[in-house]
Amino acid sequence: MGKIQLTKVRKSFGEVDVIPGIDLTIEDGEFVVFVGPSGCGKSTLLRLIAGLEDTTSGVIDIDGKDATNLPPAKRGLAMVFQSYALYPHMTVRKNIAFPLKMAGMDQAEQDKRVARAASVLNLSSYLDRRPGQLSGGQRQRVAIGRAIVREPAAFLFDEPLSNLDAALRVGMRQEISELHQTLKTTMVYVTHDQVEAMTMADKIVVLNAGRIEQVGSPLTLYHEPRNKFVAGFIGSPRMNFIDGAEAAKHGAHTIGIRPEHITVGDGPWEGVVGLSEHLGSDSFIKVEVPGLGTLNVRGPGELGVHHGDRVKLAPAGKIHRFDAEGLAI
Amino acid sequence: MARAVSPRRMILTTLAAWTVALIIFFPVLWMILTSFKTEASAVASPPELLGASWTLENYVEVWARSDYPRFFWNSVVIAVGSTLLGLVIAIPSAWAMAFVPGKRTKDLLMWMLSTKMMPAVAVMVPIYLLFLQFGLLDTRIGLVLVLMLMNLPILIWMLYTYFKEIPAEILEAARMDGASLWNEILYVLTPMAIPGIASTMLLNIILAWNEAFWTIVLTTTKAAPLSAFIASFSAPQGLFYAKLSAASAMAILPILILGWFSQKQLVRGLTFGAVK
Amino acid sequence: MSTHSTRLAARFMVAPSVLVLFIWMIVPLAMTAYFSFRLYRLLSPDRTGWVGFNNYVWFFNSPDFWLALTNTLLLVGGVLVITVVLGILIALLIDQPVKGQGVLRILVIAPFFVMPPVAASIWENLFMHPQNGLFAALARGLGGQPILFLEQHPLPSVIGIVAWEWLPFATLIFVTALQSLSSEQLEAAEMDGAGALSRFRYIILPHMTRAVTVVILIQTIFLLGIFGEIFTTTQGGPGSASTTLPYMIFKQAIVAKDIGRAAAGGIIAVILANIVAYFLMRGIGRHLDA
Repeated sequence: MGKIQLTKVRKSFGEVDVIPGIDLTIEDGEFVVFVGPSGCGKSTLLRLIAGLEDTTSGVIDIDGKDATNLPPAKRGLAMVFQSYALYPHMTVRKNIAFPLKMAGMDQAEQDKRVARAASVLNLSSYLDRRPGQLSGGQRQRVAIGRAIVREPAAFLFDEPLSNLDAALRVGMRQEISELHQTLKTTMVYVTHDQVEAMTMADKIVVLNAGRIEQVGSPLTLYHEPRNKFVAGFIGSPRMNFIDGAEAAKHGAHTIGIRPEHITVGDGPWEGVVGLSEHLGSDSFIKVEVPGLGTLNVRGPGELGVHHGDRVKLAPAGKIHRFDAEGLAI
Repeated sequence: MARAVSPRRMILTTLAAWTVALIIFFPVLWMILTSFKTEASAVASPPELLGASWTLENYVEVWARSDYPRFFWNSVVIAVGSTLLGLVIAIPSAWAMAFVPGKRTKDLLMWMLSTKMMPAVAVMVPIYLLFLQFGLLDTRIGLVLVLMLMNLPILIWMLYTYFKEIPAEILEAARMDGASLWNEILYVLTPMAIPGIASTMLLNIILAWNEAFWTIVLTTTKAAPLSAFIASFSAPQGLFYAKLSAASAMAILPILILGWFSQKQLVRGLTFGAVK
Repeated sequence: MSTHSTRLAARFMVAPSVLVLFIWMIVPLAMTAYFSFRLYRLLSPDRTGWVGFNNYVWFFNSPDFWLALTNTLLLVGGVLVITVVLGILIALLIDQPVKGQGVLRILVIAPFFVMPPVAASIWENLFMHPQNGLFAALARGLGGQPILFLEQHPLPSVIGIVAWEWLPFATLIFVTALQSLSSEQLEAAEMDGAGALSRFRYIILPHMTRAVTVVILIQTIFLLGIFGEIFTTTQGGPGSASTTLPYMIFKQAIVAKDIGRAAAGGIIAVILANIVAYFLMRGIGRHLDA
């Protein structure tokens, strides 16, 4: 069981309110991703849940019990750190068994659980190596192994993939998702990478300056962002924002159009192509439109336009409307 | 990075460097040579080198006839004892300052170092009287205490420098894994810091072994270590040059060897990590 | 960044070291301060009592005190100058590509590991002795008179001995600092047309300032307390020619057996050390990463 409930959780370092007050419920078995720009307080929030930091005020319930003042070890949570935080002087076997040893489990049960975790994570043949002799991906798996043997109420991941190279990252991302399918345990995952958030999460929590901007499923956030921040943060390339007269036509202070919701060919807007990137499967172009600014456009396949071309553009999808405060209308 | 230089320049610099090194080392070398000469040969004028009469007699005699083994043993007990006792106090302290730093951590470290600047002689009489009061005069335990206190700031500083290099995340991982504070220090921090702890110990042993104020003031015979023994070794008219040299050689050799092993750490240790 | 419980634990962990160091500092110091205002002579134990600042006045009126003070500063200053200048030169030399660098280093560092009484007795007996010392033999071999080092030039002789002990430390630190200087920087300077001297003046020396500061700071801590070398060689003499402040206090306590005066001297020494420490700590604070 792993339901985590935060009520008015506040954290300040000295005078600075890093988290001014957060209410959030993480259901049992959910995969929740905290996402936001660096310094938004997402890691601090995770550390508050872990018990590595004190809350300044507010309550953290885990499985319906008040855990606000429990030390990390008593919360029944496991954490995977950004740097993996493996014990360099212990073998893989001892690393994975360490939490069990600390819990005073007998040796036979320890061995059984380590063997099971190792086979799930394809680590069986590396058990007698030390972390220094492993690749980045293998270290990551050892860190996960160390977390799963305890059968925790929930897993906490602190940017676990940011030290891996791009190719490995995609693979590990899928492995973690599969692990979630298998274990069905609550996972709380912190990242600054919105692609990770979109692909893995059941529920995304977008944080900015210590506040929750929006909570919702990946597609909810994509289709119905509550404000300009979420609209701009989710989706790649970034949403185009247009102010002024064009926005007024739609009865809004600002309108937003995603690059993939603009078609090239005919349309009301005309401009000159600046940068054009051709990936084969997609094309990205930047078009300088007088009166509107630079628009990012994403088209499928080959768009066939290049630097310096004059093109016409048309909106062909949802136009997001925002008021003067940046809230969606 | 060494740059390629011409062979001629290499020969010249090698020659110059070796000359300088030998000049610096010469007093130690001469002492060792003298320790193998007969007393007559040791004071011969002009000094004898090739024609000297060589002997091991001095070592045999110093070892057998003086109380040398006792002084030696006292040195070992005092140096190692004060170091171990110091570590017990310093490790938790350095852990706290390295991993739970506060606003005052730096001030605290500075204050600790400043206790080392207090002239020992200024507090000699009170310490002497306190030792007298508690029956610690001329005891090894007394010297262990004083040398531990004297070197504690350096011990803490050095360990602090080494601990700072261990990522805090690993200790947090241990905390998440259910390790108590004690287990965290015992199973995770200490094994990871073994190289740092070892060089700290080594340096502290060297400093304690060579200490020559408190050992002279606070001991007479029973607990006197080698530094006190050598300091009081009189050589009237050079009658015992060879034996003095043999005793000196035996006093510094263990530390010379330890020191050679730890010269790299010495820099980091004694400069508190400020020069790497 | 941590929790209340770890901060609390941290306080408990620091407490023993702070406590013992505080006691080690404050108790003897308080006793010394107390004695410094008392008449307390071991040779006339019956006469005791408060004497106000008499002990201090005696110190300040004693010509020996000013001599000892000068000697202390000369000793510290002299050793610092010798070790820093020679240390940099030797470091530059042995940092060059030379054959047998490992052994070379072991030879150079050796004097640092020689305990002060042994260092002093080697120099006193084997080198500076007017009859049997190597220097005397050398002087006679050249047809001159042996120099009476410890008798006629006691302070420079002691400075020489102490400098020999500390030169390796300075050299080792300078070599370490030199090794962290990137050769690319030197090559860039060479490309820019800087000769060997300019490279030393504008690249190497600025790079070494931190190391030089550290050497001065660390050595001063140890040099202020120099005792064993003087005790073994000159015993502060002849007369008071090589008496430093610590040694003068030592003599008051052990030879004159006047605890009150020794204590007053101790307090003066503590105040002086604090003045030096204040400046050192300000300097050291900037250079040490804490």
